[in-house]
Amino acid sequence: MEKRVAFRSGWLPWALLAPQLIVIGVFFFWPAGQALVQSMQMQDAFGTSTEWVGLENFRELFGNPAYLESFETTALFSILVAGIGISLSLLLAVFVDRIVRGAMIYKTLLILPYAVAPAVAAVLWVFMFSPSLGVISYALGKIGIDWNHLLSGPQAMALIVMAAVWKQISYNFLFFLAGLQSIPKSLIEAAAIDGARPWRRFWTVQFPLLSPTTFFLLVMNVIYAFFDTFAIVDAATQGGPGTATSILVFKAYHDGFRAMDLGGSAAQSVVLMAIVVVLTVVQFRYVEKKVNY
Amino acid sequence: MRFKTLAMASALAATLFTPAFAQTEIQWWHSMTAVNNEWVNDLARQFNESQTKYKIIPTYKGQYDESMTAAVAAFRAGNAPHVLQVFEVGTATMMASKNAIVPVAKVMQDAGQKFDPSVYIPAVAAYYTAPNGQMLSFPFNSSTTVFYYNKDAFKAAGLDPNKAPSTWPEVVAAAAKLKASGHKCPFTTAWQNWTQVESFSAWHNVEFATKNNGLSGTDARLKVNSPLHVRHIENLANMAKQGLFVYKGRSAIPQASFTSGECAMIQTSSGFYGDVAKNAKFAYAVAPLPYYPDVAGAPQNTVIGGASLWVMAGKKPEEYKGVAEFFKFISTPEVQSASHKRTGYLPITTAAYELTDKSGFYKQNPGTDVAVTQMVRKVTDKSRGIRLGNYVQIRAIEDEELEQVWNGKKTAKEALDAIVTRGNEQLERFQKANKS
Repeated sequence: MEKRVAFRSGWLPWALLAPQLIVIGVFFFWPAGQALVQSMQMQDAFGTSTEWVGLENFRELFGNPAYLESFETTALFSILVAGIGISLSLLLAVFVDRIVRGAMIYKTLLILPYAVAPAVAAVLWVFMFSPSLGVISYALGKIGIDWNHLLSGPQAMALIVMAAVWKQISYNFLFFLAGLQSIPKSLIEAAAIDGARPWRRFWTVQFPLLSPTTFFLLVMNVIYAFFDTFAIVDAATQGGPGTATSILVFKAYHDGFRAMDLGGSAAQSVVLMAIVVVLTVVQFRYVEKKVNY
Repeated sequence: MRFKTLAMASALAATLFTPAFAQTEIQWWHSMTAVNNEWVNDLARQFNESQTKYKIIPTYKGQYDESMTAAVAAFRAGNAPHVLQVFEVGTATMMASKNAIVPVAKVMQDAGQKFDPSVYIPAVAAYYTAPNGQMLSFPFNSSTTVFYYNKDAFKAAGLDPNKAPSTWPEVVAAAAKLKASGHKCPFTTAWQNWTQVESFSAWHNVEFATKNNGLSGTDARLKVNSPLHVRHIENLANMAKQGLFVYKGRSAIPQASFTSGECAMIQTSSGFYGDVAKNAKFAYAVAPLPYYPDVAGAPQNTVIGGASLWVMAGKKPEEYKGVAEFFKFISTPEVQSASHKRTGYLPITTAAYELTDKSGFYKQNPGTDVAVTQMVRKVTDKSRGIRLGNYVQIRAIEDEELEQVWNGKKTAKEALDAIVTRGNEQLERFQKANKS
């Protein structure tokens, strides 16, 4: 028989939920609502003269080729970050899973990057790759690769992808490791007895059973690439060279806080919110069907 | 029990010793760091010690754009400071926010202070003055673009270390010699939009934008794709291709490559002088900007950079009197001259310049007067300064397009045309958003 919790009082559930609802209301719905309102206004910086312009801000955004280019840049960036991040951390988790001695050390080392603030991570990578002083750019120069992310767009993109992926590996790694360890050993042994080699065992037994974790991490990584990587772009390349690393969230910040164009920035935030909502809905409806629990 | 009564008694006695009147406090938000931060704090301390009615409290609020954002947020919450330091790029935005600021001329007048705009250096004052002649903000730390070079590197390359390259052909020749002698980075520039486009325009007396570079109205539009501009950017692009000009990043980031000795020549702010004097381990010199000798009217004057002090609206009259007193204090030639000598920022009044000159400072520190002499000239309509709306975005656009030239993706003409097109969109938006 299923045991269900029954609340007999009418107000207790609401009272218990209230703190969480208040937090969501104040920190999500209120700013989101304000962003929606501001996106339909054109104001001067101090808000002393406000004009309702309806969808004018949105029309200008979509008519601006730089903004549309920003979509492509962000799409490329998030595919790279999510793809590389998940693959690398899956690989590392599989390796660590098979280790018997010293597993603790590897786990600790792999989890450390998560404690580093995104801006600090970006600065670390910028130092290593600095065209004039960086150790890695020096080594690359020795083998014939001329590294200058100040001038080369693809190299700047590579730099921020590396910094973003490095930060996120710890998070992905933890989940994958937990997922791998929750797979019953009997299944793997059975496959081994049947003669499947490690590679085969992984793809036919472990990976499908990891699909809930992979799906979850895919959603989280895409959201991370869209929003949490702002600090990395700001500290590393500031959107340059040209517009090679100007991702949507960076552009929204720059337009709002540096350039004081609050209407345009709010419009960009609304567009970003819509994109992530659509992505999440799509992922939940279609990809989840393929996930076996 | 006895200790408690004793403690309470002494606390009560302490309150009786506080002064019977309250000082009017004036909040001042600024963005000065390091040496300049000490300078700001010293100015405030000197003012507070010179009188007892007002107390000015300077607070560092982050970089220029950060402190401006903080002030905007504070103003919307009814909590703005009295005095705000705003960089020159934000001038048009502040000017257009008429209800948020009080013009300095009005503040001084209402407080009964004598305020004569003619004592200020023309290139400085005109920038912060409205088209109707009313001075809107108080010039505080103004800088301009100058040319620094590494004398030791020149000597090693066989160039005369005491002769600065004064024309662009000479710069190219010097860079070629430096490269031939093995120097990795003969020439670089910081704030490329300010030094290579804006200051370049004023220095050669060509228009950067219509409507007197925006000083006469918000319907100004960019004109930076003129033949001379294209010629200059092409010149730099060729230098980049030959390795004579090495791009080191946006805004002030390339400055470190000069003080480290990596780059031999750099064009950047006169405010960088303090940093060079402290950190450069080689002989250096400051020189006027190079120019194209075949352009009529060059060299004219350079444009102003740095920041000014704006007075925010919505405060009490007594507090505004305090602000006026403070402005009067920092305008005195002695305070101005001391500030100029200490920081490298320009002296704001002609009297301060003459006082510094008389004290022999320029003779003892050669190169420190370059910034001033470049500015203390009769200005023309095209060289008075540049004041455009949405300027932060336009500067970012200039950065983006110029980078495409340096990495060979666009020609100079394509990039400058793109700057004009994209920049004009920003100007139209600003005009629309600030219709009154």
